Amino acid sequence: MSAAEARPAPHDPDALFVRLVRAHRDLSPEESRRLDAALVLLLAEALGDPVRLEAAIAAARAALGKPVEPPEELRE
Amino acid sequence: MRRVNPVYPFRRPAELARGHGTAPLVVVGAGVVGLTLALDLARHGIASVVLDDDDTVSVGSRAICWSKRTLEIYDRLGLGQRLLDKGVTWKVGKVFFGDRLAYEFDLLPEPGHRMPAFVNLQQYYLEEWLVEACTASGLVDLRWKNRVEEVTPRADGVELRVVTPEGDYRLDAGWLLACDGARSTVREALGLPFLGKVFRDRFLIADVLIEGFAMPAERRFWFDPPFHPGQSVLLHKQPDSMWRIDFQLGAEADPEAEKDPARVAGRIRAMLGPEVPFELEWVSVYTFRCRRLERFRHGRIFFVGDSAHQVSPFGARGGNGGVQDADNLVWKLAAVLQGRAPESLLDSYEAERIPAADENILHSTRATDFITPRTEAGRAYRDAVLLLAKDHAFARRMVNAGRLSTPHSYRESPLSTPDEEAWAGGPPPGAPAIDAPLEDGSFLLQRLGGEPVLLVFGATSPTLPGVRSLSAPAEGLAAERWDARPGTTYLLRPDQHVAARFREPDPGRIAAALERLWGRARGEGTLR
Ligand SMILES: Cc1cc2nc3c(=O)[nH]c(=O)nc-3n(C[C@H](O)[C@H](O)[C@H](O)COP(=O)(O)OP(=O)(O)OC[C@H]3O[C@@H](n4cnc5c(N)ncnc54)[C@H](O)[C@@H]3O)c2cc1C
Repeated sequence: MSAAEARPAPHDPDALFVRLVRAHRDLSPEESRRLDAALVLLLAEALGDPVRLEAAIAAARAALGKPVEPPEELRE
Repeated sequence: MRRVNPVYPFRRPAELARGHGTAPLVVVGAGVVGLTLALDLARHGIASVVLDDDDTVSVGSRAICWSKRTLEIYDRLGLGQRLLDKGVTWKVGKVFFGDRLAYEFDLLPEPGHRMPAFVNLQQYYLEEWLVEACTASGLVDLRWKNRVEEVTPRADGVELRVVTPEGDYRLDAGWLLACDGARSTVREALGLPFLGKVFRDRFLIADVLIEGFAMPAERRFWFDPPFHPGQSVLLHKQPDSMWRIDFQLGAEADPEAEKDPARVAGRIRAMLGPEVPFELEWVSVYTFRCRRLERFRHGRIFFVGDSAHQVSPFGARGGNGGVQDADNLVWKLAAVLQGRAPESLLDSYEAERIPAADENILHSTRATDFITPRTEAGRAYRDAVLLLAKDHAFARRMVNAGRLSTPHSYRESPLSTPDEEAWAGGPPPGAPAIDAPLEDGSFLLQRLGGEPVLLVFGATSPTLPGVRSLSAPAEGLAAERWDARPGTTYLLRPDQHVAARFREPDPGRIAAALERLWGRARGEGTLR
C-alpha cells in the first residue's frame, strides 16, 4: 500500500458540505431520503467497524438532543 | 375443482355415561402439532387421548413450506416419502423490487441428503395423513367435537371439563399437552400472558387454482410491484396446480371488504394478467404477532406449537417450529412415563425450546420489520437496500423477505456434554445430525432416531448398555461432514441431535454423556 493510499487527503469541510447537498439537487423528498439511506449503508459498509458506527449513531442522536436509545417498542 | 375437507365422525366417549374418567396423557388440539405429538408418542408405545373441538383438518392451506429438518422428523415417523411424492420440492427464491429482480438465492441442496431444503404441501394434507397414521397406530384415541372448556391444574395431573354435542364430562389427565393453537383455551384458563410484538399490517392470503400456469416452482417475493403498488406480494407453488398468494394490504385495510371474491379476483388478475384463467379456492385476511409464553412448562402441562409461541409467516417458522417442539418433547416424555428417566428431564424441554422460539421470533420479527416498515426512515432504508442489492453483495445479505426456517442448535443444553477435543467441523453438541449417503444406498439419518445411538467412524464400537451402536466408514461423505477420523464417536439423542462427541470411543466418557442425555447428571463432578 502506498503512503498516499494509507492516508487519504482530509476532506475540505466546505467542499464536503456542498458535495453532499449537491447530490440531492434533482431529487424529490422521497428520493432524497432513499439517497441518504443508500449513502449511510455504503458508508457503514466502507467503515466496516460496528463500534465506530455505534459511536456515530450516539453522537448524531446527541446532537439532536435525544438519548442514545429510543424508548422500548410497544409490547403486548 | 373445489376441495372438500374430510369430516371425522363424533363418537360418544365412554366417559359420558359416568360423567368422568381418567387418562394418563391427554393432548388438546388435533392440529398439525398435536397430531405429530400423538403419532410420535405412539411410535414410542405410548397411548394418548386427543381432544379437538372441530371435526376436520385445517381449512385452507395455512402452513405450506416444510423445511428439511421437519421432513427428516416426518421421515422418522414414516411420512417422509409421502411428503416427497406429493409435495412440490423447490430451492430457488427470487426477490423483486418494483418491476426488476433485486436478488436471487438457491438454497444449495448439495447432493447426498435424503431430504431437500423445502417441500411445499398444504397443511390439510399433512393433517389428513397424520390422522390416518394415528388411527393406524391403534394407540391414539382421537376425539372430534370434544372441546376443552375448563382446565384445573393439580399436583399430580390436570382436571379438564370437556364439552361434546351429547353432553359434558370430566377428564382427569396425568399429563396435558396443550396444542390448542394461538387462541389456546389452556393458556387462557391458566391466565398466562404472551410477551412480544403485534403487527398492524393486514395480509390477504389466497389459495388459487391455476391450471397449466407456466411459472417455475420457486418462491417469488415482490416489494412494491407494479400490480400491487406500495405493498408486498408472495407467491408459492403447491401440489394440485394450487398456488398460494399473500398480498400485503397495509394497516388501514378493511378485512371484510378485502375478502370479497370479486375484489380478490381483481388483485389476482392484475398480477397474472387478463389471459390467465384461475379459480379462487380459499381466502383469508389476517394480522400476525411475534410472541411467546414466558414458560412452556407449568407443572403437568406443556405448551407446544402455536399455543406456546407465534411468528409471522415470513420464514415458514410457525408450522416447522411447532413440529420441532414436538420432536423435542416426545422422547423425554416417553422416557419419563416409562420410568427410564427422572422427571427433571422434562425441564430440558423449555430450556431447549424457549431459545429456539426466541430465534424464530427474532428472525420473523426482523423479516416483518423489513417487509412492513413502520416509519418513513424504515421504508427509505429498506428501499435503499433493495436498490443497492443488484450491485453490492453486502446489501444482498440485508434483503430480508423471510429468513427461511433452519433447525435450532441446542448450544446451552443441560443435556449436552461440551467438547473437550479439537474439532474442525461436524455437528457440535446440541446440533441436529447431518445427513449423508451410506454405502448400501440408504441415508445416515434413516438409521438414527427414536433411541440413543452411538455413531462410531472407522472402528468397532464398544458395547454399552442402553445405547445402540452404528458403524460408519472413516472415509467418504459422512466422515467428511462429521469431521471424523478413525475412532471418532458421536452420541446421538433420540431426536437425532448430538449429545456428545469424542475422538476415541471411551466407554467411561460415553457412559457419563449418556447419563447426562437422560437428565441424570448430578453436577460437574460426575461428568469427568
Ligand atoms: C391464515 C393462516 C396462514 C398461515 N400460514 C402459514 C405459513 O405460510 N407458514 C407457516 O409455517 N405457518 C403458517 N401459519 C401458521 C401455522 O398454520 C401454525 O403455526 C400451525 O398450524 C400451528 O399448529 P398447531 O397445531 O400448534 O395449532 P393449530 O393448527 O391452530 O391447531 C390447533 C387445534 O386445536 C383445536 N382447539 C383449539 N381450541 C380447542 C379447545 N378448547 N378444545 C379442543 N380443541 C381445541 C383446533 O380446532 C385446532 O385443531 C398460518 C396460520 C394461519 C391461520
